[in-house]
Amino acid sequence: MLFLTRTLPVLMAFAFGIVGIAIFYIPHTGAQDVERELSLWLRIVSAFAYFLGLFSLLSLHWDKIRQRVAGWGYNLVALTSFGIMFLFVIHNDGVGPFAAQAKEGAYQWMFKYVHVPCSATMFSMLAFFIASAAYRTFRARSADAAILLVAALTLMLGRVPIGAAISETIPSLAEWLMEVPNLAAKRGILLGVSLGAIATSLRIIFGIERSYVGGGDE
Amino acid sequence: MELFTRLILLTLFPTISSSQVIAPPSVDVFDTPNDGGGSITITWPLAEDIPEGTIYNIYIAQSAKGPFNKAATIPAKASLQSEDKATFGFGPETSMGQFVHVSEFIEDDEKLSLENENSYFVRIGVQSVGGETRGRIFEVIPSQQLFDWAKLNNLVLAIILSVVILVSISMAKKKDLFIRRIAGLEALDEALGRATEMGKPVLYIHGLGEINRISTIAAVNILSRIARRTAEYDTMLKVTSADPIVMSVSQETVKEAYIEVGRPDTYNRDNIFVAGTDQFSYAAAVEGIMVREKPAAHIMMGYFYAESLLLAETGSTTGAIQIAGTDAFTQLPFFVTTCDYTLLGEELYAASAYLSREPRLLGSLKGQDIGKMLLLFVLIAGTILSTFGFPQLKNLFTAL
Repeated sequence: MLFLTRTLPVLMAFAFGIVGIAIFYIPHTGAQDVERELSLWLRIVSAFAYFLGLFSLLSLHWDKIRQRVAGWGYNLVALTSFGIMFLFVIHNDGVGPFAAQAKEGAYQWMFKYVHVPCSATMFSMLAFFIASAAYRTFRARSADAAILLVAALTLMLGRVPIGAAISETIPSLAEWLMEVPNLAAKRGILLGVSLGAIATSLRIIFGIERSYVGGGDE
Repeated sequence: MELFTRLILLTLFPTISSSQVIAPPSVDVFDTPNDGGGSITITWPLAEDIPEGTIYNIYIAQSAKGPFNKAATIPAKASLQSEDKATFGFGPETSMGQFVHVSEFIEDDEKLSLENENSYFVRIGVQSVGGETRGRIFEVIPSQQLFDWAKLNNLVLAIILSVVILVSISMAKKKDLFIRRIAGLEALDEALGRATEMGKPVLYIHGLGEINRISTIAAVNILSRIARRTAEYDTMLKVTSADPIVMSVSQETVKEAYIEVGRPDTYNRDNIFVAGTDQFSYAAAVEGIMVREKPAAHIMMGYFYAESLLLAETGSTTGAIQIAGTDAFTQLPFFVTTCDYTLLGEELYAASAYLSREPRLLGSLKGQDIGKMLLLFVLIAGTILSTFGFPQLKNLFTAL
């Protein structure tokens, strides 16, 4: 049992890790076919995992409704919405569940006029969140915060017409901030991230990091 | 003498006339290197003095006798070899030659792909105002390669960095290593302790990345370390994810962690769930949990997109300790602004090793630092050399 839960996953991680690296350097169609095959496996596993995810989501909401936890009404709304959308998918604008997805009908209507506006509403809230987060951060309580405030103001002014109207220097300064200090920091982070990714991959491929299967601290 | 020359030209190129441009003098046709086959490459020198509007037609046939079918058309002075460094390198001569890769042609209104190990016959035609002249016929056989030599620099660098990391890991067992303090990870214990004291849950939030993303794997590793602590402290751990596979892996990881510390009875599978598979549905669901259940700590790890600020800003209003870690540099400013502690980029990958304090894992961090030092040296040397007109080092590290 220990072999199945501990050793086999580590062996598989090693084998598939090495294969994955090799494929990157081998342009031969044989290698590319293996890559396609592995992607296919991943898609198949994902499809099955979606059932698990769906079950997890439904049971979570159902349990909350059953236990009448605070805000269980929202869970009821979620389950009802799922049920309605599921029925519309089965109905598929009258052509049934085995035909290709209809381009019209109740499902498309619900998606276009309920789901998309709801997502857009969530996204639009970002504007207010950015404003409140910026207010907290840009209060010049320290030298660092003051630098941040000046940089942010320059950048904001440089990106709108009023910045150029005040002074021609502001847009160029904003551009310089983006292309020099910002880009330098970004590249520094990217270098670290790439090295970190290599180290993490090596730890997993060679079985040094085993926390994902339990254990690992020998 | 002129008449003699014209006679020879007319013998060699029967379609030529005095008003036309002759075919390129030294056409080179070969199998496209470093590919999976099905492609050939044709090169010819750049002609500076040819008339405006001249184009090169590439013809392909399956027999030397034809019929020759047009496979590509390239305007004069376009498609310079310097545009394809993976095939032609960095030499100055690459700006003096044109090229085209051909992988298909049309015969009898049917698009045919070049097949590996089949002979094809290629000739180039130069079309200008006066008409078209065609050059000599070349035979070429497309084939596939076992190694992409354009990626050799990448492989060598990967091997060097891997050796550095592996050597550091093996040396780590022999001597104690100094690892710099990472505030965000030091604060994890504080956050978990606070949750335990308050009797409130810890909310672990995965990013939107799927399981094949390294940051998601790093997040799962961190989850394992956190799950051990919460199991020891008997604190409720809730894990949300947007991907069912990440959820399944997290369930197994947390279960193993609980078993490891001898608390399998406190493991509850239902606490690790998919909160939504769509970006903003996920954000809305997790925000709901934050506001209604008021966990004592929010730990956000993995790859995040625009939902990062929605989650972190909502979380900050609940008064929970917030620790975030991501390698998505576009989202880092949002986390830095709204969270108490943030793991920046590589710190996310280092977290699992840092928390475990296991010498071999810490050794890999040391290896990372040595690798970073090497890259910094190359960056500085490359910048200085390029400034003084020696781009060779820069070229050596260019991804092709």
